[in-house]
Amino acid sequence: MTEQELRIFIDVVIDYFVLLSDESARMGVPYIQEGKSQLLDFTGVIGISGARKGGIFVTASSSMLKELASLILESDDVAPDEILDMVGELTNTIAGNVRREFGSSFMISVPIIVEGRPQDLRLQIKPPVFVVPINWRSYQAFLSVGLE
Amino acid sequence: MKLLVVDDSTIMRRAIQKYSSSLPLRIIGTASNGAEALEMLVVHEPDVITLDITMPKIDGLSALKRIMEIAPRTRVLVITALSDTATGIQALRSGARGFLNKPFTEAQLVEELRHVCGIDDL
Repeated sequence: MTEQELRIFIDVVIDYFVLLSDESARMGVPYIQEGKSQLLDFTGVIGISGARKGGIFVTASSSMLKELASLILESDDVAPDEILDMVGELTNTIAGNVRREFGSSFMISVPIIVEGRPQDLRLQIKPPVFVVPINWRSYQAFLSVGLE
Repeated sequence: MKLLVVDDSTIMRRAIQKYSSSLPLRIIGTASNGAEALEMLVVHEPDVITLDITMPKIDGLSALKRIMEIAPRTRVLVITALSDTATGIQALRSGARGFLNKPFTEAQLVEELRHVCGIDDL
């Protein structure tokens, strides 16, 4: 994956948070994952197939996901299963939006949602995996992308 | 007009229902995949459907083709994160009346639904 391709993901994330909250996410310096994946409360995983192969995952805290869901729903009434759903939707939206640049041959799977830290997701994405910290409001999440 | 909301995300289904509440639409149900959507199409005969694409069982584009075979007058608004031009063109060629990318605002959804339903023309 090239630096320019990683930039596509970063721009999509920035646009996402601006549209939802009128606040830009501050993207941290990307790095290549070494060792175990850093997983937060909930993680959305999407497989990539077609012209490119690999995977994307987004891991975030429960509190961040609840705040995002509250913004979308315009309500503080967010059920636990909706917090779980939010990480899948966030991952799906990022993966789907990069098709604007990657094109329709960039095939994405339905998101798989992982709760907690039950396994090393690095096993599901062929290295090198690029990790981009996402800082929004007082929260931090991580976007990981591995493309052959 | 009767509205069916189809999306595998519970948050998206709830958001679409909430955002569309200002329009003269009666929500007759929700579905979380294309197979459920086709069942509800036959039972409830919605006038309008909001349709996600990336869903389990039957995806939105496959469901759209079946919807057009079963009830070709149904007005379908495709709402998807897949933001490439080819997907939009494919949806419109398959019979969708509108195409909206996720993420979206309430104002964007209302505008698209007005357009798809012809509410401005009433």
